[in-house]
Amino acid sequence: MDKIVMGLNGNEAIAFAVKQCDVDVVSAYPITPQTIIVERFSEFVADGEVKCSFVPVESEHSALSVCVGAAALGARTFTATSSQGLALMWEILYIASGLRLPIVMAVVNRALSAPINIHCDHSDSMGCRDSCWIQMYCEDAQEAYDTIIQAFRIAEHEDVQLPVMVTIDGFTISHTLQRVEVLPDDVVRRFVGVRKPVEIEVPGMGKVPMVLDPEKPLTFGSLDLYDYYFEHKVQQHEAMEKSRSVIREIHDEYYGISGRRYGDGFIDGYGLDDAELAVIVLGSTAGTVRSIVKKLRGRGKKVGVLRLRTFRPFPYREIVDALKDVEVIGVMDRSGAYGGIGGPVFVETLAAFYNSKRKPKIVNYIYGLGGRDTPPALIEKMFEELPKLEGGEVKFLGVR
Amino acid sequence: MSTFRFNIREAAKKPLGLLSGHRLCAGCAEPIIVKQILLATRGPTIVATATGCLEVSTTIYPYTSWNVPWIHVAFENVAAVASGIEAASKILREKGRSKYDHIDVIAFAGDGGTYDIGIQALSGALERGHDFLYVLLDNEAYMNTGIQRSGGTPLGASTTTTPAGKVIPGKSENKKPIADIVVAHKVPYVATATPAHYLDLIRKARKALEVNGPTFIHALSPCPRGWRHSEALTIDICRKAVETCYFPLWEYDNGVYRLTDRSLMIAKNPEMKKPIEEFLKVQGRFSHLFTPQNQWVIKKLQEYVDAVWEDLKDRCENV
Amino acid sequence: MELSELKSWREIPIGGVAWKLSIENKTGDWSPFKPKIDQTKCTKCLICWILCPDMAMEWDGERVREKHDYCKGCGICANECPVKCISMVRG
Repeated sequence: MDKIVMGLNGNEAIAFAVKQCDVDVVSAYPITPQTIIVERFSEFVADGEVKCSFVPVESEHSALSVCVGAAALGARTFTATSSQGLALMWEILYIASGLRLPIVMAVVNRALSAPINIHCDHSDSMGCRDSCWIQMYCEDAQEAYDTIIQAFRIAEHEDVQLPVMVTIDGFTISHTLQRVEVLPDDVVRRFVGVRKPVEIEVPGMGKVPMVLDPEKPLTFGSLDLYDYYFEHKVQQHEAMEKSRSVIREIHDEYYGISGRRYGDGFIDGYGLDDAELAVIVLGSTAGTVRSIVKKLRGRGKKVGVLRLRTFRPFPYREIVDALKDVEVIGVMDRSGAYGGIGGPVFVETLAAFYNSKRKPKIVNYIYGLGGRDTPPALIEKMFEELPKLEGGEVKFLGVR
Repeated sequence: MSTFRFNIREAAKKPLGLLSGHRLCAGCAEPIIVKQILLATRGPTIVATATGCLEVSTTIYPYTSWNVPWIHVAFENVAAVASGIEAASKILREKGRSKYDHIDVIAFAGDGGTYDIGIQALSGALERGHDFLYVLLDNEAYMNTGIQRSGGTPLGASTTTTPAGKVIPGKSENKKPIADIVVAHKVPYVATATPAHYLDLIRKARKALEVNGPTFIHALSPCPRGWRHSEALTIDICRKAVETCYFPLWEYDNGVYRLTDRSLMIAKNPEMKKPIEEFLKVQGRFSHLFTPQNQWVIKKLQEYVDAVWEDLKDRCENV
Repeated sequence: MELSELKSWREIPIGGVAWKLSIENKTGDWSPFKPKIDQTKCTKCLICWILCPDMAMEWDGERVREKHDYCKGCGICANECPVKCISMVRG
């Protein structure tokens, strides 16, 4: 297969992938650092490169609402946002997953106000980790491109029917020009296909597609009292569990057409075979950590890094399995946890190991808040410090 | 020119868009208006509704009173949801994935979801020019949460957040002129209507659906519980609202204002206009105004209604 | 109103899509008052039909029939009938 290589930044890679996936409705509101996704996409629409209804709404809340309305009609929809925009659409996040609509959203990670900050940290997407959206953290533009294409398939899968959030680090990935290998249009088209709305069994109507259809009127978004709300939430819980195998399947199928894979789809380890000390990290910082691991390995240190690609559903079994012989784990969190035991990834990791036979020492490093640079020297310092710390300690990496 | 002629006997034989068995209060105007609006549909129709009395009482899971495809998302975004449905409908047709030549989209919202929390989404949808009909079911307060004041509550009305007290006699502000705000967006069609003047309402609804672009109908919806009147008087109060010119019936059709129905008759026969007390005295929410110390509120409200009525007559081309 | 037989989470459609029409809910028991049409005076104008909030008047092609199963006794029909042929009767 011929390789098509393009120079794209993270945002452009996402816009390009969305275009190739033949999305039907895109509705977004600009916010730094997501703006380029929407700008580039509206250029594609204006040039006729994609047949899509682009709705430039007046707020992020309306952006996701437009996607909900469009998805309920059976369209393939996409939106993108960051930070305050994601915070503004918070109530609709829960509604989108409650209505089981396969919307794909790119979140360009940016810190939440106040103080207002336009640079990267994960507080925006971590803040909505319980909204029942599948969350995937991409390390670079290439992965963002690949993951967006997979996201439509995962979301629209009949066992899943949940919205998917694909994140990239703001500015670090979104605005830096990178080498991205793209697939030909027809290959992507064949992979994502056309959205086929899931069929549901409606007592009294039989099997009907779950869409707004004047011939088969359905009611979406009814009022649940205490007699049914719980059941609907358990259905969502099950969908999230079922998505585990679906994510793996789609990831492997994509490897087949592209030759690219990211670990097993959930976790991507490096140097873990005989590691005694490992660091768990999400997003672009994984690259820096990996380079330090290589350096320390060169000095004979038995260290490794585990990048989590999927945060929701949290790959707890995979993590415990990958790090089963590791004695010290440093968990890097790029968002705060005020009043909690530690950052979100730390808490989930602690819980993952709670029932395992071997309980390694787990330490939390909160880093990079508000776009604070985490240079290699600091990461190296973290590796040196880790063995000396107490389990459960929460350290701030890089604050003055 | 529309060729639509409403024949009540024909309409009564067809299945209705809203079914019996809903849990709205006895005498509530909202189901009457919804039923009448849905009598004006001309083909495949999808309805979106904002959170409020209508949504909550017609869709208590697993029951639904809707015989049309229906969606509820949140309180303030029905205009955005309707925009999404309309945009998707157009693009799916373009891409050959829709079996319908056209789908009419109707958004229902209360005064909460329109005047206040929903005005942003409404304004955005109007500016973008989506082809949908927005029907405002105006019961002049946040009725579903227990009769709290809204931007649509009139001067002097007693609500739970503007109660008639010893010092402050009800709401101190006038009703927000929502239909004027919509007209200011220069949309192709805006109209006011009441369920009492059902032929006027149905004609306007049909006209609005036939227009390509955003259209708006402001429907007065008396609430026996919130306005504190007997359930049997719902329709009569709408009549009084029009006869006192508190709620004139007009339409804004491609830049041209016109009075319609009873209001046109009153403009041509000014002696038919009744004083505002006729409208106020049958409602418990205004009963505190009929005391000597609060007479000034009635006077102020009458002045406001008269000023708006004179201004409206000036704008209308058929007066 | 009889409660629908409560189903488990595996038996109901996903996404909260409703599946029972509300006509199963006989709201007639909300009020003992029901309209009685004097058919000899009724002009079959159908104003009571178009103004009923509960769709509790029915036109069968010949006569207007009161649907006591759904009528909540609001009395709008009796109040609005142009020939005053409807009376609200305690049942």
